[in-house]
Amino acid sequence: LQQMAKSSAPHKPKNSAINASRLMKYSRARIFQRKAAYKVKKVKTPAKKSAEKAAAAAAFVVKKIGGDKNGGERKVYKKTPKSLPTQVASRKVQLRPKKTFKKHVRRIRSNLAPGAVLILLAGRHKGKRVVLLKQLESGLLLVTGPRKLNGCPLRRVSQRYVIGTKTRIDISKVALPERLNDAYFRRQRSAKKSAASAGGSADIFAKSDAAYAVSAERREDQAAVDKALMGAIKASGDGPMLRSYLRSLFSIKSGQRPHAMVF
Amino acid sequence: MGKLDKFVEVGRVAFIANGKDSGKVCAIAEIIDQNRVLIDGPCSGVRRQVCDMKRLHLTRFCIDLPHSARTAVVRRKWTAAKLDEKWKETSWAKKLEARRLRTNMSDFDRFKLARAKQIRNSIIALAAGKIRKEAKAKPNALRFRKPNKKRHIKKE
Repeated sequence: LQQMAKSSAPHKPKNSAINASRLMKYSRARIFQRKAAYKVKKVKTPAKKSAEKAAAAAAFVVKKIGGDKNGGERKVYKKTPKSLPTQVASRKVQLRPKKTFKKHVRRIRSNLAPGAVLILLAGRHKGKRVVLLKQLESGLLLVTGPRKLNGCPLRRVSQRYVIGTKTRIDISKVALPERLNDAYFRRQRSAKKSAASAGGSADIFAKSDAAYAVSAERREDQAAVDKALMGAIKASGDGPMLRSYLRSLFSIKSGQRPHAMVF
Repeated sequence: MGKLDKFVEVGRVAFIANGKDSGKVCAIAEIIDQNRVLIDGPCSGVRRQVCDMKRLHLTRFCIDLPHSARTAVVRRKWTAAKLDEKWKETSWAKKLEARRLRTNMSDFDRFKLARAKQIRNSIIALAAGKIRKEAKAKPNALRFRKPNKKRHIKKE
């Protein structure tokens, strides 16, 4: 074993591919001989979680039950499954593992940078020109009117429904509150409805949609961001024009061709 | 049809209307045949090449070039004639520049332009309104009279 330990330093591989193809020079049997793998004793790994395994192998499960005079425990025997598979299910080889949504790469269009003025094309605020603050973890863009100028609040918006213009505002000095993330903007399902669905006994015909009320923290964050943003707009070259620009709505006029226009 | 005063000749400055170097000016260095010429525009970024006459629009400028002059000579004559400035001063070039600026306007620029137009129009409208008001105050006979018309004065 000590010898094995000494010679465990990395050495040249004994097998190699032929001419950059998939074929190897030595077959599996030959390599077994060449490596003298018959000499290597297989080390059995100690059985882990033996207790859990034993429990799984047992025919019954011991369960605790309530009540004073019930003996406190019951042995619940495991039922045989209603149907047993006749063939071993073949495992499909995942050549490339499935990527969950969380792990998806979030891209952003090159002309969308923090401080860019965007034109919203869909939704409640369509036609409005808003300022892009940053891209959130989910990939959605965080924008704001500023609310003072055009009524668009701190809001998430998809890149797909937005035109990025060339106009930029320097927002390097605008400090965004730390708590502005996807969880902050997540739609709140009313508590009553969720309780009803869980319990199942609540009045299913009860109208549980309370009117949306702006939370105090939303007001606070909006005010803070608006103030900083208005300062940044004022500081930029075209201050007054930029303000009226952000107040105005975008529309396509007769004779304008969007595919030929520079935004 | 205007005056036939622009000739295809060696040294004629031409404007390339379409194709690769469209929008640039060059000089005709040699005439190949009825339809093709050799052009060269070292100062405007046009490589020495054969060009079809259909692509070229002749300008009113002409530089003194020996035929088949090489690029260095063309450059020397071009800068001596100060063709770059002369071309920029023409209304042709100015119109091109205006068109280029207009197509490259960003959304904000378009907004600023619209706003500027609106302000100008409101000033004009105000002034026009004032004139109309003053005219209304005048008596009818004077209002509709053309000021410079020769009038027959009745001899009393």
